[in-house]
Amino acid sequence: MRVRSVLLVVVLVLVVAVAGAFAYAWRSAIPEQAPQASFDSRLVKRGAQLAAVGNCISCHTVPGQQVFAGGLPLATPFGIVYSTNISPDQDTGIGRWSEAAFQRAMHKGVDREGNHLYPAFPYDHFTHVTSEDNQALYAYLMTRRPVRHEVQSNQLRFPYNIRMLVAGWKLLFFKAGPYANDQQQDAVWNRGAYLAEGLGHCGACHTPRQNLGAEDNSRHFAGGEAEGWQAYAINESSPAPVPWTVEAMSFYLRHGYHEIHGISRGPMAEVTGNLGFLPDEDIEAIATYVVSRMGTHSAERIKRAEELQADAGGQVRSVPAADSQIVKASAAASQPGEAIYNSACASCHESGRPPPFGGLHFQLSTAVNAPNPQNIVNVTLFGLPPADGEASSIMPAYHAILNDQQVADLLAYMRQRFSKSPPWQNLVEQVRQTRSGEYRVTIRPADGIERGPANIGAKK
Amino acid sequence: MTIRMNVNGTAREIAADPETPLLYVLRGELQLNGAKYGCGLGQCGSCTVMVDGEAVLSCMTPVLLMEGRSVTTVEGLGTIEKPGPVQAAFIEMQAAQCGYCIPGMMMTAQALLQKNANPSEAEIREALNTNLCRCGTHMRILAAIRRAAELMQSASAAETAGGTG
Repeated sequence: MRVRSVLLVVVLVLVVAVAGAFAYAWRSAIPEQAPQASFDSRLVKRGAQLAAVGNCISCHTVPGQQVFAGGLPLATPFGIVYSTNISPDQDTGIGRWSEAAFQRAMHKGVDREGNHLYPAFPYDHFTHVTSEDNQALYAYLMTRRPVRHEVQSNQLRFPYNIRMLVAGWKLLFFKAGPYANDQQQDAVWNRGAYLAEGLGHCGACHTPRQNLGAEDNSRHFAGGEAEGWQAYAINESSPAPVPWTVEAMSFYLRHGYHEIHGISRGPMAEVTGNLGFLPDEDIEAIATYVVSRMGTHSAERIKRAEELQADAGGQVRSVPAADSQIVKASAAASQPGEAIYNSACASCHESGRPPPFGGLHFQLSTAVNAPNPQNIVNVTLFGLPPADGEASSIMPAYHAILNDQQVADLLAYMRQRFSKSPPWQNLVEQVRQTRSGEYRVTIRPADGIERGPANIGAKK
Repeated sequence: MTIRMNVNGTAREIAADPETPLLYVLRGELQLNGAKYGCGLGQCGSCTVMVDGEAVLSCMTPVLLMEGRSVTTVEGLGTIEKPGPVQAAFIEMQAAQCGYCIPGMMMTAQALLQKNANPSEAEIREALNTNLCRCGTHMRILAAIRRAAELMQSASAAETAGGTG
């Protein structure tokens, strides 16, 4: 009898717990709504700029396919999440969503039907977006072309495939609520923080994640990973040899390059491609905020940066154009990587012509000074593919010329010559895994989101 | 420095400074003038050759990296009397205007078709994204590559038929 009553209690507790969890996790559906006939054009225009800040197009579009139709696979440690169709198609998109449903998705991470959304959709950031901005985003999305496209189901491992559990994740890691101004800071800084921490969701890539996929807020902006690329630290530990200024960051975010910092590539190229649509004051606000996060710099570091710039000739303007004949190629070298560098790389990277159309002098390169060489491995193997029908930075791919050992020799030499940081470890293996596709890298042209192709050179 | 490499099926020993671009060795030492010097910066594609089956920009490739490798230039695709399928297709479609970019275009196409016998339009354009043509014959070049794919497929079908018959 005792055993039975204990069992009964256990079962009762379980039932109550499960019921409680369901009650906790349950969200009501928001009724479908016939599409609104028209929207204020000023609202739509503002929504377009906000969508650019949010970089919505990057995740919600398969490169080369219809815009906002979803279906892009996002590889996570828990399985694959496919982005949803956010075009206003009534059956497969968000065409029947009311503005209230859209607001709830942004603020609470719950879809119209009441399902918890996986945090691959960065509502931990979007929760900060004001209702007015969401209204503009809604107007923008609802006036796009509806695309009928049924997105395939997520492929998540058990137990991550149980959506209800996202409620528990939210309980642990998700703080809903608007952005609160920092009273110590001015309006520009706060505007920048609102954009960068909210819709811009910089931290989604630039903040490392802990085991359950939440951003590790104790290491805010300390650097992360996205689509096979390192998202550099953009806090005090930024590996940029020359510290960023607000002016340099603004230029970079608008144009996708800076002459002493280099070219934005990988997923960041999509970000800078989008930010080009923003008004100057918003770009400057983001730059102000992010650069402030990088902290102040010692006199020694600033002096070193000045020396590097002078030494690199980054400021030399006497060279009218890149020319492979200006720097005499030389294979004179005491080590194999040096011979490769001198004969294959130096002619562009030491030509004195700065980016975007000359190569960055590696003394100024964040990639060479970064703790993880992944980005420079990617660029060496796969290059920077050109944009279509417009001037853009390019770099030829070297995967067919250099074997794994040669890439490793080259990068080891560059690290030794152009950085004071310790040598990278296991370079040959990292190059091999990147080349073989074991480590998956996405290579796209700077203008590649709508044009596609999905990937260039790298293994699919 | 002596570099041993295979060029268009023939073993070669090249005496050259190791930093010499492969392009200069092909044109200067070996008198293979098909590959062209365009920009010298790996931006235009007119110097494209194949190295071990992959399209490579020979102006950016120091010969020191060519030890033991196999190079194919446009001269290696066929002869005037007996052009290869890519060459035949470019002639048939009259894809050349000034012709300067064409050897590079043909080598990129050859490398693509060896790996992918039936490429989509998007795949052809992707492969050609580092080959520029200033005359604007792109549509004919694209048509020629589609035609070359057909010619290669019918040639390999004929070969198969011949082999079994």
